[in-house]
Amino acid sequence: MSNATAMMRSVRSAPMFRDRTNTIATAMFGAILVYLGARFARWAVVNAVWTVPPGVGSAPCRAVAGSGACWAVISDRLRFISLGTYPLDQQWRPVVASLLFIALYAASARRSWWKPGLFVLWLAVPALAIVLLRGGWFGLSSVATEFWGGLPLTFLLSTVSFALAFPFGVALALGRRSEMPAVRTMSITYIELIRAVPLVSMIFMAAVMFPLFVPQSFTLDKLLRAHVAFVMVMSAYLAEVLRGGLQAIPKGQYEAAASIGLPYWPTTVMIVLPQAVRTTIPSIVNTFIGFFKDTSLVAVIGLFDLLGAAKAVIVDPKWVGFGVEVYLFVAAVYFTFTFSVSRYTQRLERVLSAERNH
Amino acid sequence: MSATIRIVAAPRSSSSRWSWRDPRARAAIWQVVIVGLLVGTIALIAVQTTTNLRSRGIASGFTYLTRSAGFEIPESTLSYSSRDSYGRALAVGIVNTLRVSTIGVLAAVMLGVVIGVARLSSIWVVSTVAKWYVEVLRNTPLLLQLLFWYSVMLALPTVHDAIHPLPGVFLSDRGLFLPSIGWHGGVPSLDMPQLMRFSFRGGLWITPEFATLLVGLATYTAAFIAEIVRSGVLAVDKGQTEAASALGLSRYRTLRLVVLPQALRVIIPPTTSQLLNLFKNSSLAVAIGYPELMSITTTTLNQTGQAMEAILIAMTCYLAISLSISLGMNSYNRRVVLRGQGA
Repeated sequence: MSNATAMMRSVRSAPMFRDRTNTIATAMFGAILVYLGARFARWAVVNAVWTVPPGVGSAPCRAVAGSGACWAVISDRLRFISLGTYPLDQQWRPVVASLLFIALYAASARRSWWKPGLFVLWLAVPALAIVLLRGGWFGLSSVATEFWGGLPLTFLLSTVSFALAFPFGVALALGRRSEMPAVRTMSITYIELIRAVPLVSMIFMAAVMFPLFVPQSFTLDKLLRAHVAFVMVMSAYLAEVLRGGLQAIPKGQYEAAASIGLPYWPTTVMIVLPQAVRTTIPSIVNTFIGFFKDTSLVAVIGLFDLLGAAKAVIVDPKWVGFGVEVYLFVAAVYFTFTFSVSRYTQRLERVLSAERNH
Repeated sequence: MSATIRIVAAPRSSSSRWSWRDPRARAAIWQVVIVGLLVGTIALIAVQTTTNLRSRGIASGFTYLTRSAGFEIPESTLSYSSRDSYGRALAVGIVNTLRVSTIGVLAAVMLGVVIGVARLSSIWVVSTVAKWYVEVLRNTPLLLQLLFWYSVMLALPTVHDAIHPLPGVFLSDRGLFLPSIGWHGGVPSLDMPQLMRFSFRGGLWITPEFATLLVGLATYTAAFIAEIVRSGVLAVDKGQTEAASALGLSRYRTLRLVVLPQALRVIIPPTTSQLLNLFKNSSLAVAIGYPELMSITTTTLNQTGQAMEAILIAMTCYLAISLSISLGMNSYNRRVVLRGQGA
């Protein structure tokens, strides 16, 4: 009896039944959502094919095409989507590299670790991952970059470009506020030019034009060229984010530094930058998330990152036509990473603004 | 800041003797060094590129633009055939970019406002659905979404089993066919798509590529605009609404006369950059084969080998259009701000 009343009360206080409008709307939209959900569940679960026995190709999937999902394509090609064409017997290396990156992101989330040493970590971990993936040292067999792929490549691209773009971004942001007209003009021109053209055009430029810029004896790896494009673009966007942080620093800070006779560089390095970076950390992380998603654009120049590998799976005649399933799976992987990071920044923003108001 | 630096600096002697301690002299030297480095690097690259081009036997220059392109463009607003020049193909690409961006911007703004308002709804189901729409669309790559929509389009039934929700409307793996208004002998008449052996004839044909790009760009950008609209409306002080209702203004008039003009001031600047993003993101069409500026550019550079010229032209076009859009939006923004402050 009391149980039933308690239940009624908790139902009444639930947000979807809190007043008459809500109850009616919940009933109406609820019916539509349940109908759509049921249709989706029938496709994605009930009629779905989860595995295909070896030797029959994709026939069981083709039989249910249109009424059921073919998750067999994922289980069949999971290794390729997640690790690319990395040699089978060496696959612990990309797995360890991915774990290193995840550990790096987790470590960066700890506020007590926000010290200059973290920058060193952002350079050291990718370097370690590259050594591990590349091999040729410590008795590891050498694996060329064209075999790298999947999730570790996505992590590598976004982390390395971010770590390298950060100093350039700082330089551009300082340059934009410099009192030297030549430096200021160059910084503004660079930032605005880069931000006005699409990222794809920069990636194509890196892919087809960079080889023309260097002596022919010097071959630029495709992966390296992609990195150059990302560093160029990311530094312009980071510069704009950091500019906001620089503008937010009270004038008193500069004046205090000047009154104790501190010259420009010590003032910048010890007083201005630490504050500018600290106040913009949420925006910096958002920029990182944005570029984490945008590294998927390397799929258009034929690199097999997470999306590039997914795209390659459905070119295979065996699995052609099952793009919806493959892309839903890859979307879920991206979503897991970016959603958790964006939740983290949202919380961080609240905490930081609460601290500022104290 | 300049004032404080002058305090630190050693007082300049009245004689114009050059000294390292003079910050102006140091600044001048720094600038000469930096500009010199930049010019040097560019010169080095230019020399190297010329050598490379010569040794590969690539003649640089823009004369290729007048040569016959030799490739077909499946959809074009301008008249075009494969005998036309690369220059003409480029123009077709630019028009297609502008076409998909313009329609995309309108769709994204409308959808974005609806979802932004839905997020603020007091109805739990509505605000929750809107919230998850925003989260899912914002947290997955746009290229992935485009490839997903393209897969969906191609997985639609064939023309013979086309989805046929309304008279004259057919959705199939060949795209969307709609009735169009044609002029027959000066009289407007409805032109209905007719099923022929392989496809539909007549009416308005929206290709799967165009539909994919439009749906992908509009839904993705709408998620960002929704967040901007929401924060813009929330940024209007609650006292404003209360004051308006105290004056006896109706809910609609409060929204139109008090809340929206103030919210617009917050909404417009970030929306501008989202619309610019939509325009720039239309270049992702290269992955699904809608013949816009970037696709035409890659086809051209593959056929002619004129990589430098083709990419430079494409970037210049994007730059010019981006700058015009931001100029236009900035002047609109100024007008809104002035009206808000003048009131």
